Amino acid sequence: MIIKGRVHKFGDNINTDDIIAAKYLVYTQEAELGKHCMENIAADFPARVKKGDIVVAGKNFGCGSSREHAPRALKGCGISAVVASSFAGIFFRNAINIGLPFLELEEVFKIQDSDSLEIDLSSGIIKNISQNSTYRTQPFPDFLKEIITEGGLINWAISKKRSEKRQPERLGKRRKKNV
Amino acid sequence: MGYTISDKILLAHSKQKNIRPGEFIEVSVDAALGNDITAPLAIQEFRDSGSGKLFDKDKIVLVPDHFAPAKDLKSANQCKMVADFAREYNITNYFEVGQMGIEHVLLPEKGLVLPGDLIIGADSHTCTYGALGCYSTGVGSTDLARAFIDGKCWLKVPGVIKFVYKGKLDKWVGGKDLILYTIGQIGVDGALYKVMEFSGPTIRSLGIEDRFTMSNMAIEAGGRAGIIEPDGATKKYIAQFKRKPRFYHSDDDARYEDIITWDVSKLEPQVACPHLPSNVKPARALSGVKVDQVVIGSCTNGRISDLRMAAKILRGKRVKPGVRLIVIPATQKIYLEAAREGLAEIFIRSGGIFSTPTCGPCLGGHMGVLTEGETCVATTNRNFIGRMGSPKSFVYLANPAVAAASAIKGRITHPDMVTR
Repeated sequence: MIIKGRVHKFGDNINTDDIIAAKYLVYTQEAELGKHCMENIAADFPARVKKGDIVVAGKNFGCGSSREHAPRALKGCGISAVVASSFAGIFFRNAINIGLPFLELEEVFKIQDSDSLEIDLSSGIIKNISQNSTYRTQPFPDFLKEIITEGGLINWAISKKRSEKRQPERLGKRRKKNV
Repeated sequence: MGYTISDKILLAHSKQKNIRPGEFIEVSVDAALGNDITAPLAIQEFRDSGSGKLFDKDKIVLVPDHFAPAKDLKSANQCKMVADFAREYNITNYFEVGQMGIEHVLLPEKGLVLPGDLIIGADSHTCTYGALGCYSTGVGSTDLARAFIDGKCWLKVPGVIKFVYKGKLDKWVGGKDLILYTIGQIGVDGALYKVMEFSGPTIRSLGIEDRFTMSNMAIEAGGRAGIIEPDGATKKYIAQFKRKPRFYHSDDDARYEDIITWDVSKLEPQVACPHLPSNVKPARALSGVKVDQVVIGSCTNGRISDLRMAAKILRGKRVKPGVRLIVIPATQKIYLEAAREGLAEIFIRSGGIFSTPTCGPCLGGHMGVLTEGETCVATTNRNFIGRMGSPKSFVYLANPAVAAASAIKGRITHPDMVTR
Protein backbone atom coordinates (compact mmCIF):
# COMPACT_ATOMS: atom_id res chain seq x y z
CA MET A 1 0.00 0.00 0.00
CA ILE A 2 1.30 3.44 -0.99
CA ILE A 3 0.49 6.56 1.02
CA LYS A 4 1.10 10.03 -0.43
CA GLY A 5 0.75 13.28 1.44
CA ARG A 6 2.17 16.53 2.70
CA VAL A 7 4.02 16.72 6.00
CA HIS A 8 2.82 18.44 9.17
CA LYS A 9 5.87 18.56 11.39
CA PHE A 10 5.76 18.39 15.22
CA GLY A 11 8.42 18.13 17.94
CA ASP A 12 9.19 15.61 20.70
CA ASN A 13 6.77 14.20 23.31
CA ILE A 14 3.53 15.07 21.53
CA ASN A 15 1.12 13.71 24.14
CA THR A 16 -2.42 12.46 23.81
CA ASP A 17 -3.79 15.59 25.54
CA ASP A 18 -2.16 17.54 22.68
CA ILE A 19 -3.66 15.23 20.06
CA ILE A 20 -7.15 15.33 21.57
CA ALA A 21 -7.99 17.29 24.73
CA ALA A 22 -9.89 15.40 27.44
CA LYS A 23 -13.00 17.56 27.09
CA TYR A 24 -13.66 15.90 23.71
CA LEU A 25 -13.55 12.37 25.13
CA VAL A 26 -17.34 12.50 25.29
CA TYR A 27 -17.26 11.83 21.52
CA THR A 28 -16.50 8.48 19.90
CA GLN A 29 -16.93 9.28 16.18
CA GLU A 30 -13.67 9.81 14.28
CA ALA A 31 -15.00 12.76 12.25
CA GLU A 32 -16.11 14.65 15.37
CA LEU A 33 -12.81 13.95 17.18
CA GLY A 34 -10.91 15.04 14.07
CA LYS A 35 -12.39 18.55 14.27
CA HIS A 36 -10.47 19.12 17.53
CA CYS A 37 -7.22 17.31 16.74
CA MET A 38 -4.10 19.09 18.11
CA GLU A 39 -6.32 21.94 19.36
CA ASN A 40 -4.22 22.81 22.44
CA ILE A 41 -0.95 23.17 20.49
CA ALA A 42 -2.01 24.03 16.91
CA ALA A 43 -5.61 25.23 16.83
CA ASP A 44 -5.68 25.58 13.01
CA PHE A 45 -4.41 22.03 12.42
CA PRO A 46 -7.69 20.40 11.25
CA ALA A 47 -8.20 23.28 8.80
CA ARG A 48 -4.69 22.88 7.38
CA VAL A 49 -4.84 19.10 6.91
CA LYS A 50 -5.75 17.79 3.47
CA LYS A 51 -6.98 14.20 3.32
CA GLY A 52 -3.98 11.88 3.08
CA ASP A 53 -1.50 14.20 4.82
CA ILE A 54 1.20 12.80 7.09
CA VAL A 55 2.26 13.77 10.61
CA VAL A 56 6.02 13.70 11.24
CA ALA A 57 7.24 14.10 14.82
CA GLY A 58 10.20 13.51 17.13
CA LYS A 59 10.52 11.05 19.96
CA ASN A 60 7.85 9.56 22.26
CA PHE A 61 4.87 10.42 20.02
CA GLY A 62 1.52 9.75 21.72
CA CYS A 63 2.80 9.67 25.30
CA GLY A 64 0.41 10.13 28.22
CA SER A 65 -3.15 8.87 28.41
CA SER A 66 -4.40 5.59 26.92
CA ARG A 67 -7.17 7.35 25.02
CA GLU A 68 -7.70 5.58 21.72
CA HIS A 69 -9.51 8.76 20.73
CA ALA A 70 -6.04 10.13 19.86
CA PRO A 71 -5.23 7.93 16.83
CA ARG A 72 -8.92 8.07 15.91
CA ALA A 73 -8.81 11.89 15.94
CA LEU A 74 -5.76 11.84 13.64
CA LYS A 75 -7.61 9.52 11.24
CA GLY A 76 -10.76 11.60 11.57
CA CYS A 77 -9.08 14.81 10.45
CA GLY A 78 -7.59 13.09 7.41
CA ILE A 79 -4.11 12.04 8.52
CA SER A 80 -3.07 8.89 6.66
CA ALA A 81 0.13 8.00 8.57
CA VAL A 82 2.44 9.09 11.39
CA VAL A 83 6.22 8.98 11.13
CA ALA A 84 8.18 9.59 14.35
CA SER A 85 11.55 8.71 15.86
CA SER A 86 9.76 6.73 18.60
CA PHE A 87 6.22 6.00 19.79
CA ALA A 88 4.79 5.65 23.29
CA GLY A 89 3.68 2.12 24.19
CA ILE A 90 -0.09 2.53 24.35
CA PHE A 91 -0.26 4.74 21.24
CA PHE A 92 1.71 2.03 19.40
CA ARG A 93 -0.91 -0.60 20.40
CA ASN A 94 -3.84 1.66 19.59
CA ALA A 95 -2.51 2.56 16.16
CA ILE A 96 -2.04 -1.13 15.31
CA ASN A 97 -5.44 -2.10 16.72
CA ILE A 98 -7.42 0.52 14.80
CA GLY A 99 -5.28 0.47 11.66
CA LEU A 100 -3.55 3.87 11.64
CA PRO A 101 -0.27 3.32 9.75
CA PHE A 102 2.85 4.51 11.56
CA LEU A 103 6.58 4.18 11.01
CA GLU A 104 9.60 4.60 13.26
CA LEU A 105 12.37 6.62 11.62
CA GLU A 106 15.46 7.99 13.32
CA GLU A 107 16.11 10.47 10.51
CA VAL A 108 12.85 12.43 11.04
CA PHE A 109 14.95 15.56 11.58
CA LYS A 110 15.74 15.53 7.83
CA ILE A 111 12.07 15.91 6.93
CA GLN A 112 10.73 19.48 6.75
CA ASP A 113 7.24 20.82 7.27
CA SER A 114 5.23 20.75 3.99
CA ASP A 115 7.55 18.18 2.33
CA SER A 116 5.75 15.70 0.10
CA LEU A 117 6.24 12.08 1.12
CA GLU A 118 5.43 8.78 -0.51
CA ILE A 119 5.35 5.83 1.90
CA ASP A 120 5.38 2.20 0.78
CA LEU A 121 3.97 0.40 3.82
CA SER A 122 4.90 -3.09 2.64
CA SER A 123 8.59 -2.31 2.22
CA GLY A 124 8.81 0.43 4.86
CA ILE A 125 10.49 2.77 2.35
CA ILE A 126 9.71 6.49 2.59
CA LYS A 127 10.41 8.70 -0.44
CA ASN A 128 10.79 12.41 0.19
CA ILE A 129 9.65 13.85 -3.16
CA SER A 130 10.46 17.45 -2.13
CA GLN A 131 14.05 16.63 -1.17
CA ASN A 132 14.53 13.81 -3.67
CA SER A 133 15.73 11.43 -0.99
CA THR A 134 14.77 8.05 0.49
CA TYR A 135 14.61 6.70 4.04
CA ARG A 136 14.37 3.08 5.11
CA THR A 137 12.34 1.90 8.12
CA GLN A 138 11.95 -1.53 9.68
CA PRO A 139 8.93 -3.36 8.26
CA PHE A 140 6.43 -4.56 10.89
CA PRO A 141 7.06 -7.94 12.52
CA ASP A 142 4.84 -10.76 11.16
CA PHE A 143 2.62 -10.80 14.23
CA LEU A 144 1.62 -7.15 13.77
CA LYS A 145 1.27 -7.57 9.99
CA GLU A 146 -1.27 -10.32 10.67
CA ILE A 147 -3.43 -7.95 12.79
CA ILE A 148 -3.17 -5.21 10.17
CA THR A 149 -4.00 -7.58 7.28
CA GLU A 150 -7.09 -8.87 9.12
CA GLY A 151 -8.32 -5.26 9.35
CA GLY A 152 -7.58 -4.60 13.01
CA LEU A 153 -7.53 -6.40 16.32
CA ILE A 154 -11.21 -7.32 16.66
CA ASN A 155 -11.43 -8.98 13.23
CA TRP A 156 -8.15 -10.75 13.91
CA ALA A 157 -9.33 -12.06 17.31
CA ILE A 158 -12.67 -13.24 15.92
CA SER A 159 -11.12 -15.06 12.97
CA LYS A 160 -8.60 -16.63 15.34
CA LYS A 161 -11.40 -17.80 17.61
CA ARG A 162 -13.24 -19.29 14.60
CA SER A 163 -10.17 -21.14 13.37
CA GLU A 164 -9.62 -22.54 16.88
CA LYS A 165 -13.20 -23.80 16.88
CA ARG A 166 -12.57 -25.57 13.58
CA GLN A 167 -9.69 -27.46 15.20
CA PRO A 168 -11.29 -29.18 18.22
CA GLU A 169 -8.09 -31.07 19.08
CA ARG A 170 -6.66 -27.76 20.25
CA LEU A 171 -9.46 -27.17 22.74
CA GLY A 172 -9.45 -28.01 26.45
CA LYS A 173 -11.03 -31.09 28.04
CA ARG A 174 -14.19 -29.43 29.28
CA ARG A 175 -15.01 -28.20 25.82
CA LYS A 176 -14.53 -31.66 24.33
CA LYS A 177 -17.09 -33.15 26.72
CA ASN A 178 -19.67 -30.64 25.58
CA VAL A 179 -19.09 -31.42 21.91
CA MET B 1 20.01 -16.25 32.63
CA GLY B 2 17.16 -15.82 35.11
CA TYR B 3 13.87 -13.97 34.93
CA THR B 4 12.60 -10.79 36.54
CA ILE B 5 9.27 -10.77 38.41
CA SER B 6 7.67 -9.17 35.36
CA ASP B 7 8.95 -11.92 32.99
CA LYS B 8 7.66 -14.58 35.37
CA ILE B 9 4.15 -13.16 35.53
CA LEU B 10 3.96 -12.76 31.74
CA LEU B 11 5.25 -16.31 31.26
CA ALA B 12 2.71 -17.73 33.73
CA HIS B 13 -0.13 -16.08 31.76
CA SER B 14 1.04 -17.22 28.33
CA LYS B 15 1.40 -20.55 26.57
CA GLN B 16 5.10 -19.91 25.98
CA LYS B 17 7.84 -22.13 27.38
CA ASN B 18 10.14 -19.15 27.67
CA ILE B 19 10.07 -15.47 26.80
CA ARG B 20 12.56 -12.82 25.78
CA PRO B 21 12.28 -9.04 25.45
CA GLY B 22 10.97 -7.82 22.08
CA GLU B 23 8.96 -10.98 21.44
CA PHE B 24 5.21 -10.73 20.72
CA ILE B 25 3.11 -12.97 22.96
CA GLU B 26 -0.53 -13.59 23.79
CA VAL B 27 -1.55 -13.56 27.45
CA SER B 28 -4.72 -14.35 29.41
CA VAL B 29 -5.79 -11.57 31.73
CA ASP B 30 -7.05 -11.84 35.31
CA ALA B 31 -9.02 -8.63 34.94
CA ALA B 32 -9.81 -6.07 32.24
CA LEU B 33 -10.81 -2.56 33.31
CA GLY B 34 -12.61 0.31 31.64
CA ASN B 35 -14.00 3.68 32.73
CA ASP B 36 -16.66 6.10 31.51
CA ILE B 37 -14.49 7.55 28.74
CA THR B 38 -12.69 4.43 27.48
CA ALA B 39 -15.37 1.76 27.99
CA PRO B 40 -17.95 3.37 25.65
CA LEU B 41 -15.57 2.95 22.68
CA ALA B 42 -14.88 -0.64 23.75
CA ILE B 43 -18.59 -1.38 24.14
CA GLN B 44 -19.23 0.07 20.68
CA GLU B 45 -16.46 -2.15 19.20
CA PHE B 46 -17.76 -5.19 21.08
CA ARG B 47 -21.33 -4.65 19.87
CA ASP B 48 -20.16 -3.99 16.27
CA SER B 49 -18.18 -7.24 16.33
CA GLY B 50 -21.40 -9.20 16.73
CA SER B 51 -19.60 -11.51 19.14
CA GLY B 52 -22.49 -11.33 21.60
CA LYS B 53 -20.85 -13.41 24.31
CA LEU B 54 -18.67 -12.05 27.07
CA PHE B 55 -15.68 -14.15 28.09
CA ASP B 56 -16.19 -13.83 31.86
CA LYS B 57 -18.54 -11.43 33.62
CA ASP B 58 -16.47 -11.67 36.82
CA LYS B 59 -13.22 -10.52 35.19
CA ILE B 60 -14.47 -7.31 33.65
CA VAL B 61 -14.35 -4.22 35.85
CA LEU B 62 -16.20 -1.05 34.92
CA VAL B 63 -15.82 2.17 36.91
CA PRO B 64 -17.39 5.47 35.91
CA ASP B 65 -14.93 7.90 37.51
CA HIS B 66 -13.49 10.38 34.99
CA PHE B 67 -16.47 12.59 34.21
CA ALA B 68 -18.63 11.07 36.96
CA PRO B 69 -20.86 12.00 38.69
CA ALA B 70 -21.83 13.08 35.16
CA LYS B 71 -20.52 16.59 34.50
CA ASP B 72 -22.82 17.32 31.56
CA LEU B 73 -25.31 15.72 29.21
CA LYS B 74 -22.72 14.03 26.98
CA SER B 75 -20.93 12.54 29.99
CA ALA B 76 -24.27 11.36 31.34
CA ASN B 77 -24.84 9.51 28.04
CA GLN B 78 -21.44 7.86 28.31
CA CYS B 79 -22.02 6.83 31.93
CA LYS B 80 -25.44 5.43 31.00
CA MET B 81 -23.91 3.45 28.13
CA VAL B 82 -21.52 1.79 30.61
CA ALA B 83 -24.26 1.21 33.19
CA ASP B 84 -26.61 -0.33 30.59
CA PHE B 85 -23.87 -2.64 29.31
CA ALA B 86 -23.02 -3.72 32.87
CA ARG B 87 -26.67 -4.51 33.54
CA GLU B 88 -27.24 -6.30 30.23
CA TYR B 89 -24.24 -8.58 30.74
CA ASN B 90 -24.65 -8.84 34.51
CA ILE B 91 -21.09 -7.62 35.11
CA THR B 92 -20.12 -8.42 38.70
CA ASN B 93 -17.69 -5.56 39.20
CA TYR B 94 -19.53 -2.48 38.01
CA PHE B 95 -19.31 0.36 40.51
CA GLU B 96 -22.06 2.96 40.30
CA VAL B 97 -21.74 6.41 41.87
CA GLY B 98 -22.12 5.71 45.58
CA GLN B 99 -19.94 2.61 45.40
CA MET B 100 -17.36 3.89 42.99
CA GLY B 101 -14.09 5.68 43.45
CA ILE B 102 -11.09 6.49 41.28
CA GLU B 103 -10.49 3.15 39.54
CA HIS B 104 -6.82 2.69 40.44
CA VAL B 105 -7.46 3.25 44.13
CA LEU B 106 -10.73 1.31 44.12
CA LEU B 107 -9.50 -1.95 42.55
CA PRO B 108 -6.77 -2.69 45.13
CA GLU B 109 -9.17 -1.65 47.93
CA LYS B 110 -11.72 -4.22 46.69
CA GLY B 111 -9.12 -6.97 46.33
CA LEU B 112 -9.62 -7.13 42.56
CA VAL B 113 -5.87 -6.96 41.95
CA LEU B 114 -3.49 -9.26 43.80
CA PRO B 115 0.20 -10.18 43.60
CA GLY B 116 0.96 -12.32 40.55
CA ASP B 117 -2.08 -11.11 38.56
CA LEU B 118 -1.96 -9.86 35.01
CA ILE B 119 -4.28 -6.88 34.66
CA ILE B 120 -5.06 -4.73 31.64
CA GLY B 121 -6.98 -1.49 31.81
CA ALA B 122 -8.10 1.01 29.22
CA ASP B 123 -6.46 3.76 31.22
CA SER B 124 -2.77 4.58 31.20
CA HIS B 125 -2.48 4.64 35.00
CA THR B 126 -3.41 0.95 35.21
CA CYS B 127 0.31 0.51 35.97
CA THR B 128 -0.55 1.54 39.57
CA TYR B 129 -1.18 -2.06 40.72
CA GLY B 130 2.41 -3.08 40.03
CA ALA B 131 3.06 -1.87 43.58
CA LEU B 132 1.52 -5.16 44.77
CA GLY B 133 3.80 -7.31 42.64
CA CYS B 134 1.44 -7.90 39.74
CA TYR B 135 1.88 -7.03 36.06
CA SER B 136 -0.63 -4.34 35.19
CA THR B 137 -0.55 -2.18 32.13
CA GLY B 138 -2.55 0.42 30.24
CA VAL B 139 -4.11 -0.48 26.90
CA GLY B 140 -6.64 1.05 24.50
CA SER B 141 -10.39 0.64 24.11
CA THR B 142 -10.07 -1.87 21.26
CA ASP B 143 -7.79 -3.99 23.46
CA LEU B 144 -10.52 -3.88 26.10
CA ALA B 145 -13.17 -4.88 23.51
CA ARG B 146 -11.00 -7.83 22.50
CA ALA B 147 -10.64 -8.87 26.17
CA PHE B 148 -14.45 -8.72 26.46
CA ILE B 149 -14.55 -11.34 23.68
CA ASP B 150 -11.82 -13.80 24.69
CA GLY B 151 -10.03 -12.54 27.83
CA LYS B 152 -6.74 -12.20 26.00
CA CYS B 153 -4.28 -9.50 25.08
CA TRP B 154 -1.23 -9.26 22.82
CA LEU B 155 1.99 -7.89 24.30
CA LYS B 156 5.48 -7.13 23.16
CA VAL B 157 7.62 -8.43 26.03
CA PRO B 158 9.30 -5.34 27.53
CA GLY B 159 12.87 -5.15 28.73
CA VAL B 160 13.28 -4.30 32.41
CA ILE B 161 15.16 -1.44 34.09
CA LYS B 162 15.85 -1.87 37.79
CA PHE B 163 15.86 1.21 40.03
CA VAL B 164 17.52 0.76 43.42
CA TYR B 165 16.83 3.40 46.10
CA LYS B 166 18.98 3.65 49.20
CA GLY B 167 18.85 5.82 52.30
CA LYS B 168 16.28 6.97 54.87
CA LEU B 169 13.80 9.52 53.54
CA ASP B 170 13.25 13.01 54.95
CA LYS B 171 9.90 13.37 56.78
CA TRP B 172 8.35 15.42 53.95
CA VAL B 173 9.56 13.09 51.22
CA GLY B 174 7.54 10.10 49.99
CA GLY B 175 6.65 8.00 46.98
CA LYS B 176 5.63 11.06 44.95
CA ASP B 177 9.02 12.70 45.39
CA LEU B 178 10.86 9.47 44.56
CA ILE B 179 8.98 9.00 41.32
CA LEU B 180 9.18 12.69 40.32
CA TYR B 181 12.93 12.59 40.99
CA THR B 182 13.21 9.41 38.89
CA ILE B 183 11.28 10.90 35.95
CA GLY B 184 13.33 14.09 36.27
CA GLN B 185 16.51 12.05 35.99
CA ILE B 186 15.57 9.75 33.11
CA GLY B 187 13.05 11.91 31.20
CA VAL B 188 9.52 11.29 29.94
CA ASP B 189 10.80 8.61 27.56
CA GLY B 190 13.54 7.32 29.86
CA ALA B 191 11.76 3.98 30.29
CA LEU B 192 10.00 3.93 26.91
CA TYR B 193 8.45 0.49 26.42
CA LYS B 194 10.28 -0.87 29.48
CA VAL B 195 9.17 -2.23 32.79
CA MET B 196 10.42 -0.17 35.72
CA GLU B 197 11.24 -2.38 38.72
CA PHE B 198 11.49 -0.33 41.92
CA SER B 199 13.64 -1.90 44.63
CA GLY B 200 16.18 -1.33 47.38
CA PRO B 201 16.03 -0.65 51.13
CA THR B 202 14.11 2.64 50.72
CA ILE B 203 11.29 0.87 48.86
CA ARG B 204 11.22 -1.91 51.48
CA SER B 205 10.54 0.64 54.20
CA LEU B 206 8.00 2.54 52.09
CA GLY B 207 4.30 2.07 52.93
CA ILE B 208 2.01 0.40 50.35
CA GLU B 209 0.21 3.67 49.57
CA ASP B 210 3.47 5.42 48.69
CA ARG B 211 4.37 2.42 46.54
CA PHE B 212 1.10 2.83 44.61
CA THR B 213 2.04 6.46 43.96
CA MET B 214 5.39 5.38 42.49
CA SER B 215 4.00 2.62 40.27
CA ASN B 216 1.18 4.95 39.20
CA MET B 217 3.58 7.37 37.52
CA ALA B 218 5.77 4.78 35.75
CA ILE B 219 3.81 5.64 32.58
CA GLU B 220 5.07 9.25 32.89
CA ALA B 221 8.55 7.93 32.02
CA GLY B 222 7.11 5.78 29.21
CA GLY B 223 7.09 2.62 31.37
CA ARG B 224 4.72 -0.21 30.43
CA ALA B 225 4.63 -1.24 34.10
CA GLY B 226 6.05 -0.12 37.45
CA ILE B 227 6.56 -3.22 39.51
CA ILE B 228 7.64 -3.85 43.11
CA GLU B 229 8.41 -7.32 44.46
CA PRO B 230 5.90 -8.35 47.15
CA ASP B 231 7.10 -8.45 50.77
CA GLY B 232 5.71 -8.45 54.31
CA ALA B 233 3.93 -5.13 53.79
CA THR B 234 2.26 -6.50 50.64
CA LYS B 235 1.14 -9.65 52.46
CA LYS B 236 -0.32 -7.61 55.29
CA TYR B 237 -2.19 -5.36 52.82
CA ILE B 238 -3.83 -8.26 50.95
CA ALA B 239 -4.46 -10.51 54.01
CA GLN B 240 -8.15 -9.50 54.13
CA PHE B 241 -8.91 -10.83 50.62
CA LYS B 242 -10.10 -14.38 49.93
CA ARG B 243 -8.66 -14.93 46.45
CA LYS B 244 -5.21 -16.53 46.45
CA PRO B 245 -2.21 -14.40 45.51
CA ARG B 246 0.84 -15.71 43.61
CA PHE B 247 4.10 -14.32 44.84
CA TYR B 248 6.86 -13.90 42.26
CA HIS B 249 10.36 -12.56 42.79
CA SER B 250 13.18 -11.64 40.43
CA ASP B 251 16.00 -14.17 40.12
CA ASP B 252 19.47 -13.15 41.30
CA ASP B 253 20.76 -13.56 37.75
CA ALA B 254 17.72 -11.91 36.11
CA ARG B 255 18.24 -10.02 32.85
CA TYR B 256 18.05 -6.22 33.28
CA GLU B 257 18.66 -3.68 30.52
CA ASP B 258 20.01 -1.30 33.11
CA ILE B 259 20.36 -1.03 36.89
CA ILE B 260 20.29 2.49 38.32
CA THR B 261 21.09 3.15 41.99
CA TRP B 262 20.40 6.38 43.88
CA ASP B 263 21.05 7.49 47.45
CA VAL B 264 17.87 9.41 48.29
CA SER B 265 18.63 10.26 51.92
CA LYS B 266 19.18 13.93 51.06
CA LEU B 267 16.24 14.18 48.65
CA GLU B 268 13.98 17.22 49.20
CA PRO B 269 10.30 17.47 48.20
CA GLN B 270 10.17 17.57 44.39
CA VAL B 271 7.90 19.54 42.07
CA ALA B 272 7.35 18.94 38.33
CA CYS B 273 6.99 22.29 36.53
CA PRO B 274 4.96 22.99 33.36
CA HIS B 275 4.61 21.36 30.88
CA LEU B 276 6.27 17.97 31.43
CA PRO B 277 6.42 15.61 34.42
CA SER B 278 10.19 15.43 33.86
CA ASN B 279 10.68 19.18 34.41
CA VAL B 280 11.48 18.59 38.09
CA LYS B 281 12.90 21.02 40.67
CA PRO B 282 13.08 21.03 44.48
CA ALA B 283 10.02 22.75 46.04
CA ARG B 284 12.33 25.22 47.83
CA ALA B 285 13.56 26.59 44.51
CA LEU B 286 10.03 27.52 43.41
CA SER B 287 8.87 29.83 46.22
CA GLY B 288 8.35 32.64 43.71
CA VAL B 289 5.53 30.79 41.94
CA LYS B 290 2.09 32.18 42.87
CA VAL B 291 -0.80 29.77 43.06
CA ASP B 292 -4.52 30.21 42.23
CA GLN B 293 -5.67 26.67 42.98
CA VAL B 294 -4.51 23.59 44.85
CA VAL B 295 -5.87 20.11 44.12
CA ILE B 296 -5.23 17.23 46.51
CA GLY B 297 -6.50 13.90 45.19
CA SER B 298 -6.36 11.63 42.07
CA CYS B 299 -5.20 8.05 41.45
CA THR B 300 -1.72 9.27 42.34
CA ASN B 301 -2.33 10.89 45.73
CA GLY B 302 -5.95 10.57 46.82
CA ARG B 303 -5.42 7.85 49.44
CA ILE B 304 -6.02 8.16 53.18
CA SER B 305 -2.31 8.62 53.98
CA ASP B 306 -2.21 11.52 51.48
CA LEU B 307 -5.21 13.17 53.13
CA ARG B 308 -3.70 12.66 56.59
CA MET B 309 -0.49 14.31 55.43
CA ALA B 310 -2.38 17.30 53.99
CA ALA B 311 -4.53 17.61 57.13
CA LYS B 312 -1.43 17.59 59.33
CA ILE B 313 -0.25 20.72 57.52
CA LEU B 314 -3.67 22.43 57.35
CA ARG B 315 -4.83 21.77 60.92
CA GLY B 316 -5.68 25.10 62.58
CA LYS B 317 -4.53 27.10 59.53
CA ARG B 318 -6.32 29.01 56.80
CA VAL B 319 -6.01 28.77 53.04
CA LYS B 320 -4.70 32.09 51.68
CA PRO B 321 -7.60 34.34 50.56
CA GLY B 322 -7.99 34.10 46.79
CA VAL B 323 -6.65 30.55 46.63
CA ARG B 324 -9.04 27.64 45.94
CA LEU B 325 -8.26 24.41 47.79
CA ILE B 326 -10.00 21.32 46.39
CA VAL B 327 -9.58 18.03 48.27
CA ILE B 328 -10.91 14.86 46.65
CA PRO B 329 -10.71 11.50 48.45
CA ALA B 330 -10.25 8.74 45.89
CA THR B 331 -12.95 6.33 47.09
CA GLN B 332 -16.08 6.19 49.24
CA LYS B 333 -14.17 4.23 51.87
CA ILE B 334 -11.47 6.91 52.09
CA TYR B 335 -14.18 9.60 52.12
CA LEU B 336 -15.79 7.95 55.13
CA GLU B 337 -12.47 7.43 56.91
CA ALA B 338 -11.57 11.08 56.35
CA ALA B 339 -14.90 12.12 57.82
CA ARG B 340 -14.50 9.82 60.84
CA GLU B 341 -10.96 10.92 61.55
CA GLY B 342 -11.93 14.59 61.41
CA LEU B 343 -9.84 15.28 58.30
CA ALA B 344 -12.87 16.53 56.34
CA GLU B 345 -13.50 19.08 59.08
CA ILE B 346 -9.89 20.27 58.96
CA PHE B 347 -10.12 20.84 55.18
CA ILE B 348 -13.45 22.64 55.40
CA ARG B 349 -12.43 24.81 58.39
CA SER B 350 -9.24 25.79 56.59
CA GLY B 351 -11.35 27.20 53.75
CA GLY B 352 -11.05 24.29 51.33
CA ILE B 353 -13.72 22.11 49.74
CA PHE B 354 -14.09 18.36 50.22
CA SER B 355 -15.61 16.58 47.24
CA THR B 356 -17.09 13.22 46.34
CA PRO B 357 -14.58 10.89 44.56
CA THR B 358 -13.86 11.72 40.90
CA CYS B 359 -10.89 12.09 38.53
CA GLY B 360 -12.53 15.45 37.60
CA PRO B 361 -9.92 18.23 37.65
CA CYS B 362 -6.86 16.05 36.91
CA LEU B 363 -7.76 15.90 33.23
CA GLY B 364 -9.61 19.20 33.02
CA GLY B 365 -12.99 17.51 33.26
CA HIS B 366 -14.84 19.24 36.07
CA MET B 367 -14.51 20.24 39.76
CA GLY B 368 -11.67 22.70 39.20
CA VAL B 369 -10.98 23.48 35.54
CA LEU B 370 -8.34 26.21 35.07
CA THR B 371 -8.80 29.32 32.94
CA GLU B 372 -6.20 31.34 31.05
CA GLY B 373 -3.27 32.52 33.14
CA GLU B 374 -4.14 30.42 36.21
CA THR B 375 -1.64 28.29 38.12
CA CYS B 376 -2.43 25.13 40.05
CA VAL B 377 -0.36 22.97 42.38
CA ALA B 378 -1.80 19.46 42.10
CA THR B 379 -0.97 16.09 43.59
CA THR B 380 -1.98 14.59 40.23
CA ASN B 381 0.25 13.04 37.56
CA ARG B 382 0.34 15.16 34.40
CA ASN B 383 1.08 18.81 33.68
CA PHE B 384 0.87 18.81 29.88
CA ILE B 385 -0.31 21.94 28.06
CA GLY B 386 -4.03 22.36 28.75
CA ARG B 387 -4.22 19.26 30.93
CA MET B 388 -6.45 20.93 33.54
CA GLY B 389 -8.26 23.31 31.21
CA SER B 390 -6.95 26.32 29.29
CA PRO B 391 -3.85 25.73 27.13
CA LYS B 392 -2.64 28.95 28.79
CA SER B 393 -2.83 27.59 32.35
CA PHE B 394 0.01 26.10 34.39
CA VAL B 395 0.15 22.90 36.45
CA TYR B 396 2.83 22.02 39.03
CA LEU B 397 2.89 18.45 40.36
CA ALA B 398 3.79 17.88 44.00
CA ASN B 399 3.22 15.69 47.05
CA PRO B 400 0.23 16.37 49.38
CA ALA B 401 2.36 18.16 52.03
CA VAL B 402 3.78 20.63 49.50
CA ALA B 403 0.31 21.13 47.99
CA ALA B 404 -1.25 21.87 51.40
CA ALA B 405 1.59 24.22 52.40
CA SER B 406 1.23 26.03 49.06
CA ALA B 407 -2.51 26.53 49.69
CA ILE B 408 -1.70 28.30 52.97
CA LYS B 409 0.97 30.58 51.53
CA GLY B 410 -0.48 31.11 48.05
CA ARG B 411 2.94 30.26 46.62
CA ILE B 412 4.78 26.99 46.11
CA THR B 413 5.94 26.24 49.64
CA HIS B 414 8.16 23.69 51.36
CA PRO B 415 6.16 22.16 54.28
CA ASP B 416 8.85 23.31 56.74
CA MET B 417 7.83 26.90 56.07
CA VAL B 418 4.37 26.43 57.59
CA THR B 419 5.05 23.93 60.35
CA ARG B 420 7.77 25.67 62.28
